[in-house]
Amino acid sequence: MSKKVAFLQGNEAAAHGALYAGCNFFAGYPITPSTEVSEVLSAELPKIGGKFMQMEDEIAAMAAILGASLTGAKVLTSTSGPGLSLKQELIGYGCIAEIPCVVYNVMRGGPSTGMPTGPSQSDVMCAKWGTHGDHPAICLVPASVQETYEEIIRAFNLSEKYRTPVMVMPDEIVAHMRERVVFPEQGEIGVVPRKSPTVPPEQYKPYDTSFGDVPPLAAFGSGYKFHVTGLNKAADGFPTTKASLVQAEEERQVRKVDANVDDIVTFEEYMLDDAEVVVVAYGSTSRSARYAVNVAREQGIKAGMFRIKTFWPFPDKQIKALAGKVKGFVIPEMNLGMCSLEIERCAQGKAPVLGIFRVDGEPINPDQILDKIKEVK
Amino acid sequence: MAFDYDKYLRPGKLPHIWCPGCGHGIVMKGLIRAMDTLNLKKEETAVVSGIGCASRLPGYIDCCTLHTAHGRAAAFATGVKMAKPEMNVILVGGDGDGTAIGGNHFIHACRRNINMTYIIMNNYIYGMTGGQFSPCTPTGAKASTTPYGNPDPGFDIAKLAIGAGATFVARGTAFHANQIDKLIAEAIQHKGFSVVEILDDCPTTYGRRNKYKSVIEMMNRLKEVAVPVKAAEKMTAEQLQGKVLTGVLYKDETKPEYTAEYAKVIERATAAK
Amino acid sequence: MSRYELRFSGAGGQGLITAGIIMAKAASIYEGKQAVQSQSYGPEARGGASKSEVIISDGPIDYPKATSVDALLAMTQEACDKYTHDLKSGGILLVDSDLVTNLPKGNFKIVSFPIINTAKNDVGREIVANIVALGAMVALTGQVSRENAEKAVLSSVPEAFIELNRKAFSIGYEKAMAANA
Repeated sequence: MSKKVAFLQGNEAAAHGALYAGCNFFAGYPITPSTEVSEVLSAELPKIGGKFMQMEDEIAAMAAILGASLTGAKVLTSTSGPGLSLKQELIGYGCIAEIPCVVYNVMRGGPSTGMPTGPSQSDVMCAKWGTHGDHPAICLVPASVQETYEEIIRAFNLSEKYRTPVMVMPDEIVAHMRERVVFPEQGEIGVVPRKSPTVPPEQYKPYDTSFGDVPPLAAFGSGYKFHVTGLNKAADGFPTTKASLVQAEEERQVRKVDANVDDIVTFEEYMLDDAEVVVVAYGSTSRSARYAVNVAREQGIKAGMFRIKTFWPFPDKQIKALAGKVKGFVIPEMNLGMCSLEIERCAQGKAPVLGIFRVDGEPINPDQILDKIKEVK
Repeated sequence: MAFDYDKYLRPGKLPHIWCPGCGHGIVMKGLIRAMDTLNLKKEETAVVSGIGCASRLPGYIDCCTLHTAHGRAAAFATGVKMAKPEMNVILVGGDGDGTAIGGNHFIHACRRNINMTYIIMNNYIYGMTGGQFSPCTPTGAKASTTPYGNPDPGFDIAKLAIGAGATFVARGTAFHANQIDKLIAEAIQHKGFSVVEILDDCPTTYGRRNKYKSVIEMMNRLKEVAVPVKAAEKMTAEQLQGKVLTGVLYKDETKPEYTAEYAKVIERATAAK
Repeated sequence: MSRYELRFSGAGGQGLITAGIIMAKAASIYEGKQAVQSQSYGPEARGGASKSEVIISDGPIDYPKATSVDALLAMTQEACDKYTHDLKSGGILLVDSDLVTNLPKGNFKIVSFPIINTAKNDVGREIVANIVALGAMVALTGQVSRENAEKAVLSSVPEAFIELNRKAFSIGYEKAMAANA
């Protein structure tokens, strides 16, 4: 039997991917350019007994999904720039209280209201540094409609596996363009269930590290009683200010992700084997980069592309390895140099980093990238 | 026979953080008696709060408890209730948490009429941060940030709740301890969003700045200003000057409840499938 | 490379984004090619300049926006003035002859007929002008077959309007063939 196909926008694909992953609770607030996610889920979730809520504001939407997740629901919210800023405090809450959830953020121009209908890639730093305090960060940056569908599923899986918020951040071009999506059959893509407690309720502790760095999370209403707080807490979930405990807990929360980068970090290597110039790109910009690399190759230039699929944790190891081999990096991005900073950090001065920064609401076109590739000597 | 509060308290979590003379403990005992009266199952009851002195209450109650971020109790609780409508969801918090930073979530929970109970302990002040004025601090009162007297007019929480669409609104005081459990029990039984405002006191950060010589004086004030709604019916406007009505102030059993309405959305969606 | 670029432009509310989506759907779902549709729009739901771009190819499409347009539809003078600059040499420009009177000069073929008035008078409803235009674009570009394009149209409109849209598509197709003859 041939697979089901549809011609969808990135945002619509995100909503369908979430349903595939088992999402049964969504809360959001209307914001351009992400509203299609809400529109699809408002129609689809109740059909499967799920819940769709349009909340009073962005903060409330984030709060509602965290509350729902604590009952065992698989939860999603969608937003864009200004909404992401508003959600940040509670994204931190999700990190410290270790509540699985997926935040889908379409990158539009900023800061503030910026350019609501224009594309941008300027929220990538916000994904890691937006909420205060040290915390783990996972952020996926899809480059096609099909990939948006699949990365949402992976985001749900990672959020359950590591018990932490996960962000998916397409730029506005990916979110709004339409492409054919081939839907996977049921079971074709694995769906990770939440790790439930194996101990009886009276022995349960929500942050019991004897079960590893990612302790099982019970659901409210399932017979388990426990306490959840945004304060630094001990294994039993109750607040503590005991220095050694606070230090250990903060380190564990970050370690959950840092010690598992090989499991989380994904990327695509395109014509890198003999590449002398490496374009590092992500999201829709990687599509221009691929076009430019192809043209460069036709012209006899040894160019290649390293496509970032997981922006956080950053592919440090891979970039470090490349830096020792290439003549230079070209980083096209729709911001004033965010990924470039990370590449410079990883390259440690071993290779020059040339940026192409565009924040005028227009995509970076292949010619711009080709010109920059030629600048690398 | 003395009432056994331990039944609903978490072992080993007392003493609580509240100051001597603070009324929050009285409210917590009232809540526990109400839970006992209704025989609420601890595993099926969520107690949700924001930030502040009153918001520490869930830590002491042996239920599914959620101490959220400042002002966000109603929004988190809405997520809990919508995802698991069969759970009893009780919100607790103070006046600043609920009506300033959490004001938007508060009025929208009222508007939706979602079946939860919100107990607001109104002590007219931000206690935990050291006594800054709240949206409920009386005009002219002294707070750590109103050294020349408070220029702001205050909210009437009950009127705010009624105006926003809550369908059960009651008010009690920390002085009238024996009524608190009854008001809370009636609120929990009500199908819809219920608000119970408890006029409370903060001797540490409000009382001492506003010429209350003792906790007893603060409690006596609560006793003096409170007028039960029934009694108020027989009083003149002049007699009611400076008084605060207590008891069940508003009850509407006709407005649809939100989780029930959403269940109908699911029915319509599945029928259309 | 088989990359073929189309741009549907006009004013917001004229249904040009829909026309672009249907063209891309015809190529990607029914014709077995690959297609990407994208759009840009202002804050207005109605009025303002609006464009929808479709890239069609036999292979994977990387850059999703137009680089050098093969076929351009302009439904307003403003759109025609704004979006003709990157029309390829030897490309096709389709305009509504009532609304676009100041035709650009260039090495491309211009096809014009009164698209909106055709919808109003020949089909009977102005609202299907975008489908008339789509039929014409399908005829002029030859990127998808008439049958596949029609399938895409019919699968994209509400059941009650299937006949109306079939008629609009057909008349647009025929008019363009005649105008281009």
